[in-house]
Amino acid sequence: MSDPKGFLKSKRTEPQKRKPSERVQDWREFTLPVSDLGLKEQATRCMDCGVPFCQSGTGCPVENLIPDWNDWISQGRWREALESLHSTNNFPEFTGKLCPAPCESACVLGISDDPVTIRSIESSIIDRGFESGWVKPLVPTVRSNKKVAIVGSGPAGLAAAQQLARAGHSVTVFEKADRIGGLLRYGIPDFKMEKTVLDRRLWQLEAEGVAFRTGVCIGSDLSFSELQKTHHAVCLTIGAEGPRDLNVSGRDLGGIHFAMDYLIQQNRTVSGLPVAGEKITAQGKKVAILGGGDTGSDCLGTAHRQGCLEVFQFEILSRPPDARATSTPWPLWPMKLRSSHAHEEGGERRWSVATTGFRGSNGRVTHLQLIEVETGTKTELAVDLVILAMGFTTPTLGGINAEKNLKTDARGNIVVDARYQTSVPGVFAAGDAKRGASLIVWAIAEGRKMADAVQAHLQNSI
Amino acid sequence: MVALHSSFPPAQGLYDPTQEKDACGIGLVAQIRGIPSHSLILDALTILKNLEHRGAEGADSKTGDGTGLLVQIPHRFLKAATQKLKINLGEAGSYGVGMVFLPPDEKQRKEIEQWIERITSEESARFLGWRTVPVQSSVSGPSARATEPVIRQFFVESTQGARGLELERLLYVIRRRIEKVARSNSYFAIPSFSSSTLVYKGLLLPDQLQNYYTDLSDPAFESAIAMVHARFSTNTFPSWILAHPYRYLCHNGEINTLKGNLNWMKAREGNLVSQVWGEKMTDLLPVVAEGQSDSACLDNLLEFLILSGRSLPHAMMMLIPEPWSGNPSMDIDRRGFYEYHAAIMEPWDGPAAVLFTDGKSVGATLDRNGLRPGRYLITTDDRVILSSEAGVLPMKPSLIRKKGRLEPGKMFFIDTLQGRVIEDEELKAEISHQRPYRSWVAQHQIALDELPDPTNVAQPTHRRLTQRQRVFGYTEEDLKFILAPMAIQGEEPTSSMGKDTPLAVLSQRPQLLFHYFRQLFAQVTNPPIDPIREHLIMSLATSIGPKANLLGEAPEACRRIRIKQPILTNVDLQKIREIPGPNFKSKTLSLLCPVAEGAQAFDSHIQRLCSEASAAVREGYKILILSDRLTSRDLAPIPSLLAVAAVHKHLIDECTRPEVGLIVETGEAREVHHFACLLGYGAGSVNPYLAFESLTDLANNGHLPEGLDAVTAHQKYIKGVGKGLLKIFSKMGISTLQSYYGAQIFEAIGLGSELIEKYFSGTASRIGGLTIEQLGTETLKRHALAYTPEKLTTLEIGGDIHYRIQGESHQWNPETILALQHSTRTGNAKTFAEFSALADPDPNQIGPTLRSLLEFEFAAKPVLLEEVEPAKEILKRFTSGAMSLGAISREAHETLAIAMNQIGGKSNTGEGGEDPVRFNSPSNSAIKQIASARFGVTTEYLLSAQEIQIKMAQGAKPGEGGQLPGHKVDDYIAKLRHSTPGVQLISPPPHHDIYSIEDLKQLIFDLKNVNPLASVSVKLVSEVGVGTVAAGVAKAGADKILISGDSGGTGASPLSSIQHAGLPWELGLAETQQTLMLNGLRSRVRVETDGQLKTGRDVAIAALLGAEEFGFATAPLIVEGCIMMRKCHLNTCPVGVATQDPILRKKFSGKSEHLVNYFFFVAEELRVLMSRLGFRTVEEMVGRTDRLKVRSLESHWKAKHLDLSPLLYKPKASSNSKNTKKSSELDQILDQKLWSACQAALERKESFKAEFEVTNTDRSVGAFLSGQVLKKFGGAARAPVEMRFKGSAGQSFGAFLVKGISLELEGEGNDYVGKGLSGGRVSVLPPENAAFSAESSILVGNTCLYGATSGELYIAGLAGERFAVRNSGATTVVEGVGDHGCEYMTGGRVVVLGPTGRNFAAGMSGGIAYVLDEDTRLSSRCNLGMVELEELEDEDQKELLELVREHARSTKSRKAQALLDSWPKSVARFKKVMPTDYKRILAARGESAHV
Repeated sequence: MSDPKGFLKSKRTEPQKRKPSERVQDWREFTLPVSDLGLKEQATRCMDCGVPFCQSGTGCPVENLIPDWNDWISQGRWREALESLHSTNNFPEFTGKLCPAPCESACVLGISDDPVTIRSIESSIIDRGFESGWVKPLVPTVRSNKKVAIVGSGPAGLAAAQQLARAGHSVTVFEKADRIGGLLRYGIPDFKMEKTVLDRRLWQLEAEGVAFRTGVCIGSDLSFSELQKTHHAVCLTIGAEGPRDLNVSGRDLGGIHFAMDYLIQQNRTVSGLPVAGEKITAQGKKVAILGGGDTGSDCLGTAHRQGCLEVFQFEILSRPPDARATSTPWPLWPMKLRSSHAHEEGGERRWSVATTGFRGSNGRVTHLQLIEVETGTKTELAVDLVILAMGFTTPTLGGINAEKNLKTDARGNIVVDARYQTSVPGVFAAGDAKRGASLIVWAIAEGRKMADAVQAHLQNSI
Repeated sequence: MVALHSSFPPAQGLYDPTQEKDACGIGLVAQIRGIPSHSLILDALTILKNLEHRGAEGADSKTGDGTGLLVQIPHRFLKAATQKLKINLGEAGSYGVGMVFLPPDEKQRKEIEQWIERITSEESARFLGWRTVPVQSSVSGPSARATEPVIRQFFVESTQGARGLELERLLYVIRRRIEKVARSNSYFAIPSFSSSTLVYKGLLLPDQLQNYYTDLSDPAFESAIAMVHARFSTNTFPSWILAHPYRYLCHNGEINTLKGNLNWMKAREGNLVSQVWGEKMTDLLPVVAEGQSDSACLDNLLEFLILSGRSLPHAMMMLIPEPWSGNPSMDIDRRGFYEYHAAIMEPWDGPAAVLFTDGKSVGATLDRNGLRPGRYLITTDDRVILSSEAGVLPMKPSLIRKKGRLEPGKMFFIDTLQGRVIEDEELKAEISHQRPYRSWVAQHQIALDELPDPTNVAQPTHRRLTQRQRVFGYTEEDLKFILAPMAIQGEEPTSSMGKDTPLAVLSQRPQLLFHYFRQLFAQVTNPPIDPIREHLIMSLATSIGPKANLLGEAPEACRRIRIKQPILTNVDLQKIREIPGPNFKSKTLSLLCPVAEGAQAFDSHIQRLCSEASAAVREGYKILILSDRLTSRDLAPIPSLLAVAAVHKHLIDECTRPEVGLIVETGEAREVHHFACLLGYGAGSVNPYLAFESLTDLANNGHLPEGLDAVTAHQKYIKGVGKGLLKIFSKMGISTLQSYYGAQIFEAIGLGSELIEKYFSGTASRIGGLTIEQLGTETLKRHALAYTPEKLTTLEIGGDIHYRIQGESHQWNPETILALQHSTRTGNAKTFAEFSALADPDPNQIGPTLRSLLEFEFAAKPVLLEEVEPAKEILKRFTSGAMSLGAISREAHETLAIAMNQIGGKSNTGEGGEDPVRFNSPSNSAIKQIASARFGVTTEYLLSAQEIQIKMAQGAKPGEGGQLPGHKVDDYIAKLRHSTPGVQLISPPPHHDIYSIEDLKQLIFDLKNVNPLASVSVKLVSEVGVGTVAAGVAKAGADKILISGDSGGTGASPLSSIQHAGLPWELGLAETQQTLMLNGLRSRVRVETDGQLKTGRDVAIAALLGAEEFGFATAPLIVEGCIMMRKCHLNTCPVGVATQDPILRKKFSGKSEHLVNYFFFVAEELRVLMSRLGFRTVEEMVGRTDRLKVRSLESHWKAKHLDLSPLLYKPKASSNSKNTKKSSELDQILDQKLWSACQAALERKESFKAEFEVTNTDRSVGAFLSGQVLKKFGGAARAPVEMRFKGSAGQSFGAFLVKGISLELEGEGNDYVGKGLSGGRVSVLPPENAAFSAESSILVGNTCLYGATSGELYIAGLAGERFAVRNSGATTVVEGVGDHGCEYMTGGRVVVLGPTGRNFAAGMSGGIAYVLDEDTRLSSRCNLGMVELEELEDEDQKELLELVREHARSTKSRKAQALLDSWPKSVARFKKVMPTDYKRILAARGESAHV
């Protein structure tokens, strides 16, 4: 057992990052691996709580057995840690790199100290797993002769696919894009997660028997009814792609783009894939990013790397406090100022600012018209490129709904019952399509739970 | 004592008459040369009257609990009395006298009398006639009169002229036959039927006996031997028959192992063979009649052994052996005797002082631990007077030749035929040599260690192992929290903060059968033992094999395999399997059941197993191995406990159980509790093969610390199990495995009556539950999970101990903790409602607790909320749990006290004392707890209390002591506890002044003397029988009884205790309410309950079940910031609640306002419920179970079989009203005189001197005085008060005496002299004209100076056991002490100018003792676990000289003077007993002990 006083002996240390000046020169990941010793020390800070809040409703959605793998790491038992990690999370490498880590904000140590570096430990465990060749396909020994279709290849779909394939079912994942991965493929910049990370996992899924069909848009390329006819169950993990727009004057000017269009292009470029349509780049430009969230931050990092002249990020809400706001006491997800790696790399952040319009010439945007929310002061800012990163609204059901008219809620999300089944029997949904745009970890969690439900459904059906 | 008699009410609700207990005062007078006299009878009756305070009176104050007298046949008297009746008695010894209780109904009586006459004539005997014993019924109380029998004597002689033993045998056969015919009549009993002894007894108070039986006053009524007994029973139900003495003995104590003893007796009836009895044997069976008290059972067996040919002392040595296995200095032949007999007879274990006689010789013996007092004196005219107390018979000092005490495990024996006292040593040597027992043992027993190594024992692959582990429900937690820690530390793991998971029967997960069983524990009527510090009396040694005929003495009767402890390794078991030859031929029986046959086949497989066992016995196998080794996908294991219990019981019923040894080879057992269950239900030894394989696997994979190989890990694991087992035995007051076997010291919860009766009969299971088939279903569920394909490679994570979202549900989980903290911090009632919704049972799901299965029966007409009494009134009924300062931080402790004072409730100090600066401040704790260690229990502390709480047991670890690790003892804690910083502190398992109910009565009396204004409460823990104990506590004078639940939190406790000991408060509370109502005692006391109370709903249910006050502990801690880390024992609490680490304490963020919010929220919730239930006050609610009903339990596959109606039972019984006020015992005490004598002088600040007479009924002398002095003048007596006393003082002389007062006692003291001494000064010296030698005579009793914090005590003579136990600051000089001297001492000075008993300085962690080592054998009698013996340094010598001088000055001690006369020589013979830790800490701090 690890040292019960570990937390009194060591302070939290975050994993090292590459220097901002260096990392903006390329598209590679910015974090550096943590040494075994350092990691062990950090894991020993885990107090092995009687009630681990990292595992609660306010903590890790995928119910990672955090105290258990911390304990194993503190003893150098990497394989057990990996096994434990995989028992709750199909893709710890995704969450280890991309998750905002609600587990850490719920960590008991965080009451009066800095929480355990849970995310980087998770990340290191799975990295070690791949490096050591411990991550192997788990090919089912018994097959069920049941076919399952999964629509959408983001984290929810992939998690469900893996779970169901391992249970012995024939699983096919349908993806409308040309490559598998959804947002993981084209939404997340490489400097946060290189695509090889995704590819090595997809290889495992394929080896476990998951079939991938890309470039198939259900509802247009293949009818939903057809899909239902040929499968015992259909899972919708189509995400919530609809971007929130800003309907102000000048919106139709050139040089104003949705964040996802911007990021997809760059991701394709980094992967050496062709880009269709107008090329969006920040190179040599003054850039404004509207929206202070994670997507905005991804755009910021991308703009730096593309070689922008200057970049601004605007947020309509006021500047949050530096530390946890009293309105969100431990262990709730804290309201507080968060700064990402991209902010370290440069750019200017402004809060309490709303965009009232765009001004341009020659059909291209030249100025942003702004208003200070609190004072009402109006200003203008000269820009060449505007990225709209104000979040996502609803899943894009398109042709599917034309055929089936799935029940949705007021926000347009697909409604499911306690067993993840939609209003259409045999059709299941999970992830952003069901809960609205959210975290990757929620997508994985729901993908797994849906898979359990599908499994039960298949067992009960003849 | 367990007693069942038809005069008790029948079992109803949760009341069960088999739980009745008692304790007593005993006495004996004998003329050594056997010269009978009437004055001896009068002496015995005087003793009885002076023991009256040890007995008790019931709700009817004229009726006692029973009393009696045993004498030699008063031939002269009877001859005269029968002459008038035309009965012609022969010479003395030629006839037998039957004393018989008969029904008042003429017809019934005649019928029984005819039977008696007829049976007599059918044997070779002549019936001589009847004599009605004259009695004065008017003397007795109304309840006694209501059940009074007709008492007659009858006379019988042998037609063959039989005399002596032969005549006794004849009378025995006649009596047994009569008893079988007439037993069903509730009035009938034959108190005695003998040619040498006669018993007069009845349901009387001690001073009524003589007036009731007019025979006793006749001058012709003579005897040379008289034994008396005054009973203190927990109940108030009249029973004439339960009065002692029995025919051969009277007993003060309790046989804890009774169930097992009776089972074994029953089992061996099949192979009882004796030439003495021949065919008559069938008339004698059963030897021990059913449904009697433990004392009566013991009496039956003693009688049987004696009449079958063993001598009286021989039989006693078999039944209550002294500790021998752990005593290397015992004579080898005596050891041989015990070893030989251990194979034949299991000890009857428990605290006991037994007086026994056959009418010619008479003796007394004490249990191995000496837990009952016994003092004797021998006079110059050859009389022996022995009693529970000294001074019960006034005696001129000049007549006293010797004073002594009964010593643990020793026998005191008088042979009136030889006319002398035979010393223990001589007596036992003679018996040990009457046969060559030692060489028989050497010849026929083999030691397991000496058997040859077996052929290969294989270790499974990791994968196969994992699969097996899954079959038996292993989780990662089992490896992490149980197996690995045990292998690393060699002891069972510790945890904290209680149990908040569901009862096994309410869990949704498959549970092991073990988890339906809860360990029972001793409280009040019987003390637990400290198995660590008093290890010398504990034993795990045992042997495997058949048991021989009880009545024979064949050399090969001891043919068995000797083992040191009951856990067999895989190698051990293989060795046994490979023993060649017929003597230990073993057969393995399979516990497996085909999965395909389903749960319904389980029962038939158990039947199959039982018949296979019978067949194996018939075929001559000597060892049966029940094995579940070969599990597979198709074969599931029957729960090993079920299998063992079934086979054990089956073979007992068949009377073949003694013919085989029973070994269990199981993968199921891994925790200490599992082993305890298996052994407690009949397994002889256990091979937990899977636990060993798991440890090997951990070691092979490098998961154990470096250097810990598999074999060492196994050994340490076994050691840990052994320690844990001893702790479980000792909780019940049992000291050896031999007597624990089959003793069934468990209560089941959630098992159905059919299952219990069939396989676990005699085990309480009060709310029904599962059938055998459902147990099968549960096993198959687990088995199915184990073979779910994708899960083969790993274990489930667990979650029983630490919360895991995937695991078992916990009441305290992230959601409830969060909601409680957020609501109380913001004062937001809505958030609190969210908390309650989470904490209260979900209407759609079965909750974790019994109360969650209940719901309210709301009133048709609710009352308006405004009419319900205000929250402020309700809050007065709230208390906070006893959490010691030391367990929790100063900040947490004070914040809680402040909050409780703010709301008008009461906080509780816990057992760690309290800073005196808090005593009159807003942070004073209203309840001052007094626990076994008496930390900081000073007179001032007691005076600051509104309520004084005696902690008998604690929910999380009932029956156990505690330990505050050194790292939690900082300067502040040490100051409050009068100890040394950094040195660990031990709380003993028992209160050493409470070994029985009459002792508790004495402590309550002490406390009331010190602080007459405080109420006294007694904290008990829920278990079967707690209601009966509560009734006894009420009779002992307590004002309040707290029934604690099993789930409460704690600073640190063995994991198995947290999980498997104690029962839910709902059961204990309901049982208490019902039993007190039945006894008419409910109105005498208030009742409180605690144990995870959280919400208004919990409080409402507690009130309806019978509580009027309510305790909260875990919830307030959580409000203060606790987040259930379960790390209290590690001192690493990260929120500063349960830690003394200054860095962590800074993190404490609790506020009293938050607590105030919490309690108001709860009270307001309660008010809403009250209005809906139609109650305006809590008072109206108490006990209104008609307002509760059981929820529908259909949705839960296990819970639906429960029957909660006993919980809601309402006895039709005496009123609940408040009219039976107790009279104050304080009006008449000697201290009133003392106080009024000196008060005026003190007011004038003048010194005071006076002299008083004192007798043994003057108890707690000085305590009341001290309380008054301190209250009136503060601090200390403002001028010296010197009081001299002459005579024999009662118990607790000088207790809690404060500074400035000195008491000198010329005469003798009883137990507890100087208890709690708080600065006062006491000296005890022999009378000037004493004929006995003071330095070799016992002058004061047991447990003197217990818990003393300061002051001085000088004793010019010997003291009893446990002298200066838990002394933390007093200085004392004594001239010799009994066993366990200076036990657990943490401070002060003890000088012993003479012999010390065994186990000196056990657990002593502070202070210094100087011992005159006259025979240079101190080191062998000293427990060197925590101390070392040193030579005295200069400073020590100086200090010693001062003390010896002071002693000589105070007591005129001849011994002290003699030592002083040759001081340089004397001082060289002293040894210094120095605690090792204390020395180390002093050295580290650069301090000297002499400051």
